[in-house]
Amino acid sequence: MSRFSVGGMIELTGLTKRYGEKVAVNNLTFGVRPGIVTGFLGPNGAGKSTTMRMILGLDRPTAGDVRIDGKHYDQLKDPLTYIGALLEAKAWHGGRSAYNHLLCLAQSNGIPGSRVREVLDTVGLTAVAKKKTKGFSMGMGQRLGIAGALLGDPRILMFDEPVNGLDPEGIHWIRNLMKSLAAQGRTVFVSSHLMSEMALTADHLVVIGQGRLLADTSMPDFIARNSRAYVRIRTPQRERLLDVLHEAGITAVENGNGTLEVDGGKSEQIGELAARHQVVLHELSPQQASLEEAFMQLTAESVEYHAHTEAPTRPPQQRQQQWGADWKRS
Amino acid sequence: MVTQVIRSEWTKIRSVASTVWTLSLAVVVTIALGMLISALSKNEFADMSRRDQASFDPTFISFAGMGLGQLAMIVFGVLVVSNEYSTGMIRSSLAAVPQRGTFLFSKIAVATGLSLAVGLATSFVTFFLGQAMLGDHRAEIGDPGVLRAVIGGGIYMTLIAMFSMGVAAMLRSPMLSLGILMPFFFLISNILGNVSATEKIGQYLPDQAGSRIMQVVTPLDDDKPYGPWGGLGIMLLWVIAALAGGYLTLKKRDA
Repeated sequence: MSRFSVGGMIELTGLTKRYGEKVAVNNLTFGVRPGIVTGFLGPNGAGKSTTMRMILGLDRPTAGDVRIDGKHYDQLKDPLTYIGALLEAKAWHGGRSAYNHLLCLAQSNGIPGSRVREVLDTVGLTAVAKKKTKGFSMGMGQRLGIAGALLGDPRILMFDEPVNGLDPEGIHWIRNLMKSLAAQGRTVFVSSHLMSEMALTADHLVVIGQGRLLADTSMPDFIARNSRAYVRIRTPQRERLLDVLHEAGITAVENGNGTLEVDGGKSEQIGELAARHQVVLHELSPQQASLEEAFMQLTAESVEYHAHTEAPTRPPQQRQQQWGADWKRS
Repeated sequence: MVTQVIRSEWTKIRSVASTVWTLSLAVVVTIALGMLISALSKNEFADMSRRDQASFDPTFISFAGMGLGQLAMIVFGVLVVSNEYSTGMIRSSLAAVPQRGTFLFSKIAVATGLSLAVGLATSFVTFFLGQAMLGDHRAEIGDPGVLRAVIGGGIYMTLIAMFSMGVAAMLRSPMLSLGILMPFFFLISNILGNVSATEKIGQYLPDQAGSRIMQVVTPLDDDKPYGPWGGLGIMLLWVIAALAGGYLTLKKRDA
């Protein structure tokens, strides 16, 4: 089926990075497999870039291990032919031309010079290949970084926040590129802090918050589990409706702005109940919590959970101040 | 593997403007200042004391521009290494070549080779043009010790650049590296080497010890405990220490 049916696995085992007291990446264990786009999701500062730098051997783990097809990064011969990466921060000399930047990377890994022209063409930078990269826009810089990742025709591709700085056309292009790379059987591991972006591209989702693994699940599963359906109700006869619902065994939650919310998709049932008991309704609308909300809830819960384990006996107002301090443990 | 990385580092070094301007500056300053001071020395020779005339060293005088020219070699050495960090290139470089020792020493080998070629050419041109300025007081390349001094001048420039590469690999920041190396070699080392109280220590500093190789006539009051090659050896030890420090820093720290 694909050229890359063997290999292309990234495996993290208990991967941990500590900067002094601060734990940036905390005991991450998960695998990234070929043939699909794996989204790596987390709020800014969750440890995504640090994790990716450890995969590339740029940062050394404090504890744990990361292997590519069973090998450490520095054991790979000509590593650019195994794994290509677009890093978040600019990673080239602005005084060097795009062509020479890619050429020196190619030479170090025994990749022929003709491949440099190929990838420049793929990312659409052929016209500015001889220009110094310091004049590049952010989008052109992203394209140069992607050209560098594709250079060794690797079976694993890793992109750190690839849509940053791209215009809508560029975003569309990179999404299609990632999907087609995965369809060729390659491993595609892409980070983002935007759930909406992941929902469009990723088949599988790894979510981290504060350096910890929060979810490792397929995208459909994540959507099914996390997008809460509920019914929003507005009524001038609030007390009466609450009684009616209570009698029918339905729990309604009062929202701050005078609306009621009922979990699940029970709008027909509620409408019929209201009609039978002659309760006036001003609104009865089925709602779906967005994935973005689900993601925020997931990461917020992780923060709260940390705070509880950190300071179970403290009063809540003090606990709030301790939110950022959970890394002091361990 | 190593040949791939050497080729890559050669592409890197030839594709940035700073290589050309730092090395050109080193060549021009060393030669021009050497010629100027040689010409001035020729005119002053008659007014010198007998003592000074006896220790007159035409070869060494033609290298008088080296003190300033070496600053450009320092800038070259610092930029070759620290540009990787200041631009972010280091992340691409180490992702391509995760064997950090291979990466650093290939880079240093390429920059050293280039420095040696430029240094030797500069040294020979400086010598011949300086001697032309000195007229009757000139030395010949065939005179005892002169060829050693001229080749030594090229090696001296190379070692200064290498020392700077090692320091830059330790400090990473170009501004910090230059901020320490430039005043050190331009001022502090000279002061330490010429004030009698600190002379004993000063004479072991890399440039003080290394520049002994360019002297042909030993000054009358010279009591340095090393000869030309001994001095160069001391400088080489400094270079090895700086490079070892740079390697250990790269090996240990995150990129």
